[in-house]
Amino acid sequence: MKQGIFTVVENTKLTPTTWRMRLEGDVSEVAAPGQFINISLEGHFLRRPISVCDVEYTDQFNREGILTIIYKVLGQGTEEMSSLENGKLLDVLTGLGNGYDLKDAGERPLLIGGGVGIPPLYLAARRLADRGVCSTVILGFNSADEVYYVDEFRELGCEVFTATADGSEGVKGFVTDAFASVPDRSGFTHFYTCGPEPMLRAVYREVYEGAGIKGQMSFEERMGCGFGACMGCSIRTKDGSKRVCKDGPVLRTEEIVWE
Amino acid sequence: MGVDTGVTLCGIALDNPVIPASGTFGYGYEFAELYDIDCLGSFSFKGTTLEPRLGNDTPRIAECPSGMLNSVGLQNPGVDAVIERELPRLREVFHKPVMANVSGFSVDEYCEVTRRLSESGASDQIGWFEINISCPNVHGGGMSFGTDPCMASDVVKAVRKVTDKALIIKLSPNVTDIVAIAKACEDAGADGISLINTVMGMRFDLRTGKPVLANVTGGLSGPAVLPLALRMVYQVSNAVAIPVVGMGGISSAEDVIEMMIAGASAVEIGAANLVNPYACRDIINKLPEVMQKYGIERLSEVRHG
Repeated sequence: MKQGIFTVVENTKLTPTTWRMRLEGDVSEVAAPGQFINISLEGHFLRRPISVCDVEYTDQFNREGILTIIYKVLGQGTEEMSSLENGKLLDVLTGLGNGYDLKDAGERPLLIGGGVGIPPLYLAARRLADRGVCSTVILGFNSADEVYYVDEFRELGCEVFTATADGSEGVKGFVTDAFASVPDRSGFTHFYTCGPEPMLRAVYREVYEGAGIKGQMSFEERMGCGFGACMGCSIRTKDGSKRVCKDGPVLRTEEIVWE
Repeated sequence: MGVDTGVTLCGIALDNPVIPASGTFGYGYEFAELYDIDCLGSFSFKGTTLEPRLGNDTPRIAECPSGMLNSVGLQNPGVDAVIERELPRLREVFHKPVMANVSGFSVDEYCEVTRRLSESGASDQIGWFEINISCPNVHGGGMSFGTDPCMASDVVKAVRKVTDKALIIKLSPNVTDIVAIAKACEDAGADGISLINTVMGMRFDLRTGKPVLANVTGGLSGPAVLPLALRMVYQVSNAVAIPVVGMGGISSAEDVIEMMIAGASAVEIGAANLVNPYACRDIINKLPEVMQKYGIERLSEVRHG
């Protein structure tokens, strides 16, 4: 973990509710995809934890660089974030959480993301592509107007399937419905996922229990500190209690307990 | 002008009055990875019970104007794991007396946890016991001992018998007469009082119409409670002869000094650690400069006249 001051260098609307922000600063602590940053906003006591979508280095030491985050405007804090202009300085904690372990990806990994859970999978896909591994990606949205980043995944060489709840784009239904339409499903070597809890439960049931594919799932929980001190986000696992912020947010399918 | 940040708490000298509050600093290890925690006056470790506790359901955290609610519910690994695992690890990174925060659901539990820590190989690491009779987030114990002078007195008398170390009793602000509780603790043999624990509060989710916290209620902390804490520290320190550790919403060197003017002999800092992991270190570094600004030579002498 590292505390640093970052400069907003981009803040653009991707869909009616989803924004992309790019932040320039010391990115040396950002390691695995699936990790998050915690942003301090004026007038708000707690920081806002947001997954890292991408990181690019602007120096040869992989120290200075630009982070990409994608966030959904849900409450007052994210509403205010969406109004921040380029040049604004933000106090950010970086390098939080364990992130996805890409060593288990194998030759044919499956990435499943829902809504605002999609961003950390982009960095996973990019890191895998850097190793010459092409991922199959399933993205779920409510409707066609909320769809984002399909082209960005395709540019990495990923095979992309989409599902929308109202059927306005791709398969009608959820990511698990899109999964059922993917050919040669038994050939997947591992899966990585992030999304709302009902989606995670469905993925666990259909992909892990149903198709027998092991994977890593990123969880969301209301956090106090984001770095393991307050025990505000503890959840039960087969290996005992774990802090979503520090021991997670990524858990392996084998250790998950559904309450 | 050279300044002296040193204070004394129950006969133990501290380099400075800054003590991270229980429940915001774990058992010290996470923070020792970030900075040299030997710069602290001391710290109060996570509230420890006899058995391991998983704590309350989530969500346990809700944001508030200038503060936060928590309903963690005393999640901790239990006293035996603290003795066998946490305190030996702490010994490697912290070389000052630590404050052992003890929580419980019965008089016997407070005594047994205190006794085991007192008689353990880690006993030499402990400077003070902070007996938490004020946790608002557990049912059937916790705060109920801290809201009744007779029950508070019973806990103090019983724990007094199982340790010779300094006993600091952590009080709840969720009472009508904080002075009566503090005096009952003093009369029962307490060596100090710490206050305030969190203030009971609630938040609702407008989308669902339901409480944000799974536990329904939680404890409010952060800058929002500072004036309330100052008032209670002032009242209690005027009424008892034993030292008072002041806490509640402190987030700057100025707040530390203000709390000591109110009557605190030392201070605890809680919620501030959660938004800035370096808060205590930064406040300690800033103290001499702020003391100079206000012409304060000795921090131990700032108490109101």
